[in-house]
Amino acid sequence: MLKTFRKGGIHPPENKLSALSKITDIPQSKEYVVSLSQHIGAPAQCCVEKGEHIAKYQLIGKSAGFVSANIHSPVSGTVRKIDKFKNAFGFETTSVFITPDGQNDEERHPLTSEVTAKLSSKEIIGIIDNAGIVGLGGATFPTKVKLMPPDNMPVDTLLINGAECEPYLTNDQRLMEECPEEIIEGVKLLMRAINVEKAYIAIESNKPEAIKALEKAAAHATGIKITPLKVKYPQGGEKQLIDAVLNRQVPSGGLPASVGVIVQNVATAYAVKQAVIDGTPLTERVITVTGPDLPHPGNYRVPIGTPISDIIEAAGGLPENTQKVVIGGPMMGKAASNLNATANKGMSGILIVPKRYAMRQKAENCVRCASCVSACPMGLEPYLIARLSELKDYKRLEEERVMDCIECGSCSYVCISHRPLLDYIRIGKNKTGAIIKSRKTNNK
Amino acid sequence: MNPIISAVAVLGGTGIISAALLYIVARKFKVTEDPRIDDVEKMLPGANCGGCGYSGCRDFAANCVGSGTLEGRRCPVGGDATMKAIAEYLGLKAETEKPKVAVLKCNGSCMARKHTSVYDGPRSCAIERIIYAGETDCAYGCLGCGDCVNACLFDAIKLDPEIGIPTIDDERCTACGACADACPDKIIELRYKGPKNRRVYVACSNHDKGAEAIKECKAACIGCGKCVKACPFDAITLTDNLAYIDDEKCRLCRKCVDACPVKCIKAVNFPDKPSISKEEAAC
Repeated sequence: MLKTFRKGGIHPPENKLSALSKITDIPQSKEYVVSLSQHIGAPAQCCVEKGEHIAKYQLIGKSAGFVSANIHSPVSGTVRKIDKFKNAFGFETTSVFITPDGQNDEERHPLTSEVTAKLSSKEIIGIIDNAGIVGLGGATFPTKVKLMPPDNMPVDTLLINGAECEPYLTNDQRLMEECPEEIIEGVKLLMRAINVEKAYIAIESNKPEAIKALEKAAAHATGIKITPLKVKYPQGGEKQLIDAVLNRQVPSGGLPASVGVIVQNVATAYAVKQAVIDGTPLTERVITVTGPDLPHPGNYRVPIGTPISDIIEAAGGLPENTQKVVIGGPMMGKAASNLNATANKGMSGILIVPKRYAMRQKAENCVRCASCVSACPMGLEPYLIARLSELKDYKRLEEERVMDCIECGSCSYVCISHRPLLDYIRIGKNKTGAIIKSRKTNNK
Repeated sequence: MNPIISAVAVLGGTGIISAALLYIVARKFKVTEDPRIDDVEKMLPGANCGGCGYSGCRDFAANCVGSGTLEGRRCPVGGDATMKAIAEYLGLKAETEKPKVAVLKCNGSCMARKHTSVYDGPRSCAIERIIYAGETDCAYGCLGCGDCVNACLFDAIKLDPEIGIPTIDDERCTACGACADACPDKIIELRYKGPKNRRVYVACSNHDKGAEAIKECKAACIGCGKCVKACPFDAITLTDNLAYIDDEKCRLCRKCVDACPVKCIKAVNFPDKPSISKEEAAC
């Protein structure tokens, strides 16, 4: 009997159209626009100048604070300008515009195996910090912060997230099938970084090839166990994954470290291996380009800063009946309004939605069927929270644990009245979060 | 005993004992409230809009009476007249303030701004803003979902679907600030109403560079700075490619309006064709 998390969850059609296409490189773009805020936290500070010639992997944005991350150049070339640039959702971020010279002179410092074998926990975390690694599952939280839990929370287990519960996306799956050894190397390094003996790699059972590949690669590694999971969305959520694999429950408002676990994505583990052993910082990632009507859905290794339109072009271009382009997966992704924007570290997929699926259906009245309550993986009452958000009752929202919402969208998905539940919950959560934060600063 | 008599006796007795108890308790735990609070509350408009910063008119009245000073306390709806009446009644001094009105710092109507995407989520600006920058390329301007219209208790804001942005009725607007709070982009500002309702303001919130801004919206401020040079009173400042007119310093000469190449500075309620000399004399 396969494991899974206990509360709620849904089973959307998997639609893993690109599961069989190998990860391929895409042709070089004419210009790379690398944003300096590709992570949660303070934007990086630019440390190159206009007109400067830079090497591939050179540092271009320096981490500005504890919760921040370094940014490196994905190509060698000249800095055309440093200016504001609109991201896929129309908001401006300071970005570095790089015209590539096609030479790709690299600036990297690979370590010999003797040196890597002796690295201490602090040194590994230092390299991860320098390489600008962030959580590649989509949340882009700086990895080094996650690897340094508070002192009063002893950690005994590393959990590697290969669930990839989002429909359509196959980037993690392909990475696990094609680079299992590298991922295991990365997992070993992460285990050393946080001083744990046990690591679990959790993979949903709809990826048998990935499970086989990783089991083979981990055969001689001690303490690493591959755990197949029953397919259910949102298994990839940290709290759900910990519940499914280890049967531990993260308390409301608590960190995974409070139950002794640190969760990292498989792609993050892969990036850790590249950073520590190959000396290459995080400048590229695997992106799934997919869609029901796309002629060649596929997985591409994309340097950060590549225009989205170029990535779509590599996958055969936009079909004529396209109405919406979603960045991320269909459940948690956001629709893009600007295709001139460029890829960043958190972009796991580009989903091209044809006309027939694009628009929302008209919202009807709530019929109190409680489907959303059954579907909520956090055990919340989405219909109630959404209503309270509409009424702006922030006190009750806090009591109803709105801050526990992981914004997985299961409630909106199952709602038979097509109510925009998550939209309202999100705004209630934002406001309530701001109120709690201001209360905390006032108390100090 | 006759059941009727016993029933009357029991019920009557219970009633008398309860009444006595209630009387004693009411006496012992009597809350004495300043009768002036009721009187002050009657002077207030009773809209309970929260524009004063307190939760409703009674709370404001209690605070005015309780604190013993009117400093920093003002009912924007009632204005100077109400505050003066309260001050006289309480024997305190009221601060006078010029009346204000809400203005929308955006002129990006459907004609000026091209829609480049379609938003089909719930009609709420706050929700739309969380999802993305909006249906047009301008990430600063009005989203046109009408959160301010819903927030207004005085029916002063109307959303004309033809124009796509709200219009504010200065007669009805009480400057309570509910719309300014409801706007996720904070593009509604409370400005001085001005003599004869005349005021001059920059109807734009776009911080993009000129070339970019004008591409996004024909009515956008391009940050050229001509108005700054034209202003004889140093009332205009240019920050981050956007001009701002300080209404404390502005003397309504409207030189900036003529100088603005994109006509994003709005002068409202002025007579149609004023003679320049007259204006200068007024300054």
